[in-house]
Amino acid sequence: MATAQPGLWKRHEILEKNSILLLICALLVVAVGGLVEITPLFYLKSTVETVEGVRPYTPLELAGRNIYVREGCYLCHSQMIRPMRDEIERYGHFSLAAESMYDHPFQWGSKRTGPDLARVGGKYSDQWHREHLKDPRAVVPASIMPAYAFLERPLDADAIADDLKANRALGVPYSDEMIALARSDLSAQLDPDGPGAADLQRRYPGANVRDFGGDKGRVAEIDALIAYLQVLGTMVDFKIYEDKKNLR
Amino acid sequence: MAATPSSKYMTEGEAGLGIVLLVGALVCALASARAVDTPFSVHMAVFALAAVAGIGALLKRYEGRPAEAPPQEIDGKPNYNLGPIKVAAVAAMGWGIAGFLVGCIIAFQLWAPSLNLGLEYTTFGRLRPLHTSAVIFAFGGNVLIGTSLYVVQRTCRTRLAGDLAPWFVVLGYNLFIVIAGTGYLMGVTQSKEYAEPEWYADLWLTIVWVAYLLVFLATLWKRKEPHIFVANWFYLGFIVTIAMLHIVNNLALPVTVFGSKSYPIFAGVQDALIQWWYGHNAVGFFLTAGFLAIMYYFVPKRAERPIYSYRLSIIHFWALIFMYIWAGPHHLHYTALPDWAQTLGMTFSIMLWMPSWGGMINGLMTLSGAWDKLRTDPILRFMVVSLAFYGMATFEGPMMSIKAVNSLSHYTDWTIGHVHSGALGWVAYISFGALYCLVPWLWNRREVYSLKLVEWHFWVSTLGIVLYISSMWVAGIMQGLMWRAYNSLGFLEYSFVETVEAMQPYYLVRALGGVLFLIGGLIMAYNLAMTIAGKTAADSEPRPAGGTLPGPAGLAPAE
Repeated sequence: MATAQPGLWKRHEILEKNSILLLICALLVVAVGGLVEITPLFYLKSTVETVEGVRPYTPLELAGRNIYVREGCYLCHSQMIRPMRDEIERYGHFSLAAESMYDHPFQWGSKRTGPDLARVGGKYSDQWHREHLKDPRAVVPASIMPAYAFLERPLDADAIADDLKANRALGVPYSDEMIALARSDLSAQLDPDGPGAADLQRRYPGANVRDFGGDKGRVAEIDALIAYLQVLGTMVDFKIYEDKKNLR
Repeated sequence: MAATPSSKYMTEGEAGLGIVLLVGALVCALASARAVDTPFSVHMAVFALAAVAGIGALLKRYEGRPAEAPPQEIDGKPNYNLGPIKVAAVAAMGWGIAGFLVGCIIAFQLWAPSLNLGLEYTTFGRLRPLHTSAVIFAFGGNVLIGTSLYVVQRTCRTRLAGDLAPWFVVLGYNLFIVIAGTGYLMGVTQSKEYAEPEWYADLWLTIVWVAYLLVFLATLWKRKEPHIFVANWFYLGFIVTIAMLHIVNNLALPVTVFGSKSYPIFAGVQDALIQWWYGHNAVGFFLTAGFLAIMYYFVPKRAERPIYSYRLSIIHFWALIFMYIWAGPHHLHYTALPDWAQTLGMTFSIMLWMPSWGGMINGLMTLSGAWDKLRTDPILRFMVVSLAFYGMATFEGPMMSIKAVNSLSHYTDWTIGHVHSGALGWVAYISFGALYCLVPWLWNRREVYSLKLVEWHFWVSTLGIVLYISSMWVAGIMQGLMWRAYNSLGFLEYSFVETVEAMQPYYLVRALGGVLFLIGGLIMAYNLAMTIAGKTAADSEPRPAGGTLPGPAGLAPAE
């Protein structure tokens, strides 16, 4: 030991005198951790549970999600319910990996300045969301959320089909039909009495079809955002979901 | 070749870069015209203008420079290239003030939400990435680039490699900052924490970063010293690892090449782990390895003592870079990330405590025999206190990565407190120390304008940090306990909004702590500006021979 050690220190000099060798060794050393931890997530089948009900977002929901992403909502709201008694009672069933498998990017968040939103869908009425987004303190006096009245402006979604296409290229199962009809599906979701409503629900099972913004004939950013919020956490039916089957 | 004006030619680099900039300006102008969204149009116009400005600067430089390339050595001494470093130092100070200011604004917004002003550009969601990017990437990044380009020259005893390349790195990096920051205000973000800039900004940063790596490496190749100095290992490790993390985490598919929106190629749980593999190592390599390099050069230099243990620094380097990479999953405890990955992340996070403290000990013990200087030298004090905060934060981090602790701390402001004990206490303080050393060296001044103002900066900002982290500890733990509190009937005791209300006084204390830190930063900016201007305050007149001050401060060292 006493003789081996000076030799080892001496051998380190090779790295101290050769920048490329130092660079390569450093790169190899830092690559290990990521390779071991991350690559299995792409092939271990147990990583994402087998669940029914998780579908791609409708064009309107996707547009809403893009607003959620644009405004940095994740900075104050998580979308990840942990399996603890208080969280399950406050927010609902703990989040599954499958529930965000089409989320590019994931929006689990890291901070709860406001409450978790993973299962906010269906908890409040569209009207509540509208008023809350316009002026949070009108409905929750102690809220510290910024007002999002500017979301009343028209939604720019003429190119929404391109967004679906990009998602499909990344593995989200949008069909040709979904892409071709993306723009009309976006309007159809706001018009329950319109001709496209039934078809939309066939393509996107369980989609909410109604006028989220309460402002007929006009598609505002707030409509899309509310459509997204109202679908959050509602795709999986936990009455028939079996935890045991997906023990990991 | 004779030194007549007619023999002056553009170098290949000047001509080549000029052509690249010209093509770049045209492509960006075209992209700006064809853009599908306003922010993209604005950004492409900024890129085009920057390229035109670059051409202008190139021509002006050519006109003003002598025919010959700057000499590598003058009178047998290396002719160090300090221009780009000066720019980085000034940029660091400017961005630092901006970042602290935005931090104060958003801190007050949490206390009084009306300060969001109802404008889209000033909501917390858009300003928060502006704050984090301004302090981490703009302030911290410029400190890292500036100090690394300085240290690599001095420790290799050679002039920086490249003629235009160092300028390209410094100015290109700051252009990235401008694009990123203005993007957040306009709502251009990937909403991946600390990796918010969109695809085109990421591409630009990749180009700049590769140039940075090449400048750094090529300077190492020119070195006159047989050994590569330890600080340079850390800089090299930081540069190459950040390149790897940045590229992998930002892989994304733009909806159109004429628009700002892109979709990251990974989704859900895989995206989550890749993001935190990136995010934690932005802490580990940007905010730790790079700043440890600063420690390994500036602490020994200022204390005028050799590094405590060379062997410890070897162990420190390899153990730190190996273990840090694994720690990412501790940001995802109890989430839908598989348990095995969480446990692995936790295990390495705890082990990471050892190399972290090994490095801290190596830095602190460098003061052996020079501890008395803490009393008289506020600049050295900044650096030593930064190491104390480093030790504190690297103990707290592993503790919070333990799943049981994390179940309470995660999602709360305890995390914010922890981050700031590291960011304000460690990163900012070591940076302040380094800048206070570096500015007089760069502008060839004996010392900073006023050591008394450094004293003021030190105490005002320390008070600010104490207010900040203690209020966030109390608030965060309270928040976590309130969320999980049950009443005697077995119901949740508090609604969510009640926990928000309880935070209000602590948010105010935190914001005031931030204001003190900002004031400290302003004192520093003034001090450095006066230093650059060549002034010396009355209290910092040259000391009498022997280096001791008259009066109590000049008492014999206590050893």
